[in-house]
Amino acid sequence: MNLKGFFKQHKNNLEGEQKSENSTPVKIPEELYISCPKCKKAIVKRSLRNTLYVCENCGHHFRISARQRLFFTVDPDTFEEHDENMSASNILDFPDYDEKLEAAYKKSSEMEAVVCGTCKIGGYPCAIFVMESNFIMGSLGTVVGEKITRLFEYAIEKSLPVLGITVSGGARMQEGMLSLMQMAKVSGAVKRHSDAGNLYITLITDPTCGGVTASFAMLGDIIIAEPDALISFAGPRVIEQTIRQKLPEGFQRAEFLLETGFIDDIIARKDQRDYLTKILKIHTRTGRNS
Amino acid sequence: MSRYDIVKKSRASDRLTSLDYITNIFTDFCEMHGDKRYRDDRAVIAGIAMLGEIPVTVIGLEKGHGTNDKISRNFGAAHPEGYRKALRQMKLAEKFGRPIICFVDTSGAYCGIEAEQRGQGQAIAENLYEMMTLKVPIISVIIGEGGSGGALGLAVSDEVWMLENSYYSVISPEGCASILWKDVSRAEEAAECLKLTADDLLEQGVIEKKIEEDGSDLRLYIRLKKEFLKTISEKMELDTEQLLNARYEKFRKIK
Ligand SMILES: [Zn+2]
Repeated sequence: MNLKGFFKQHKNNLEGEQKSENSTPVKIPEELYISCPKCKKAIVKRSLRNTLYVCENCGHHFRISARQRLFFTVDPDTFEEHDENMSASNILDFPDYDEKLEAAYKKSSEMEAVVCGTCKIGGYPCAIFVMESNFIMGSLGTVVGEKITRLFEYAIEKSLPVLGITVSGGARMQEGMLSLMQMAKVSGAVKRHSDAGNLYITLITDPTCGGVTASFAMLGDIIIAEPDALISFAGPRVIEQTIRQKLPEGFQRAEFLLETGFIDDIIARKDQRDYLTKILKIHTRTGRNS
Repeated sequence: MSRYDIVKKSRASDRLTSLDYITNIFTDFCEMHGDKRYRDDRAVIAGIAMLGEIPVTVIGLEKGHGTNDKISRNFGAAHPEGYRKALRQMKLAEKFGRPIICFVDTSGAYCGIEAEQRGQGQAIAENLYEMMTLKVPIISVIIGEGGSGGALGLAVSDEVWMLENSYYSVISPEGCASILWKDVSRAEEAAECLKLTADDLLEQGVIEKKIEEDGSDLRLYIRLKKEFLKTISEKMELDTEQLLNARYEKFRKIK
């Protein structure tokens, strides 16, 4: 399949409706409902869009795509995408990586695990990157690192704040050390952006792990998270294997990080736009810092 | 020799550790303990010393020798306070204009409840961020295991070198094999895929130098000391902007 065409075809579908919703109107009931993974309540699929994919019964935040995030977060018609056609190659000739990439294109309709660009939020201009969990679990490879670095460099040039929305399983194994080096590369760009007096906000979503937690997710001037998001360096399974015991309930969840002092606040999805607008307003450059 | 043979050599229990290099290459070493926030992490050694006539700050991930020492050093797997201790000493190095030399030897940053509780991710992230703009030359040498983020936390440097029998990898061969094939016993194949040796990483532009090991510890110490002196005096000639731009570019170009 021509990837570019495939990408374009799905690009306009900003709110990222499920494919089944576009198909024939006659459906068997199971397709119309989804069971909330947390409280198990049956939810009408179509209604989820109206609640920003949050369960009205228990407040569970469903994972959503990068395009859905953009749709819910940025002002309409203000998003301009950067480097939208950059894509990975199998540099190390790693087994099955080409197939994995093909599957990721199909699953996510994206070229890579991050979407970057500029936008306005509540009328305030901002550079934004949003990671995509449907693309090899948002893993950090060379293209993801390059796109985010370019975004920070652009934001330095234009004196723009950066909002980063993270979701990631960590560094991308299939690109070996070149992936690990992206942690240093992006952190360096974040530092330059910060030294120039610019604001960087991270919104950490479920799950954010490994190399992304140990680099740019934790480097925001302001770090917020979605309720119940898993935020870890080592994943729960790895820890359980290391220490050979079960982890306590709620361990490594956003609420736990708030309590231990590693994030600034937890902001529910419905409040994120207003919160971000407020933060951007307070950081409008005036007086001494302009 | 296969890549996994090198991995096995890098892990040999009688291999030289950071403290061996520190005591044999430098003089007047004074160890500085503790991160001044939580506790002293013995998996990280930090202090000040003389490299010939040059005052330097030295930091190492330390596995220890002998069972008790190894246990007390958590087999070289540092907690967040270890990375914070290192960063505190690096900041002092910057204050006094001392070059920094880091020895890296860890299977990875520790994966445990307390490490997570105290912000393992945050601690490593802060090191990457701060090291990028420290205004003194930094050299890191992978002397044994270069385990992922836990190694990188001491390796955002002007030059990264690797000993002949060391590896530097995004994930351990065992971890990779268990993800790829659900079979830890295929670590040897995984090591081949990961391309994690000094030769591989020279080719990928990730490191600057491979240091040969020829069996004599003393010759290795002398060689390293000469290389340190040569590179540090070159880097000391640069003005701060040149130094920091080159460091940024070294990582920036990897794509
Ligand atoms: Zn629910």
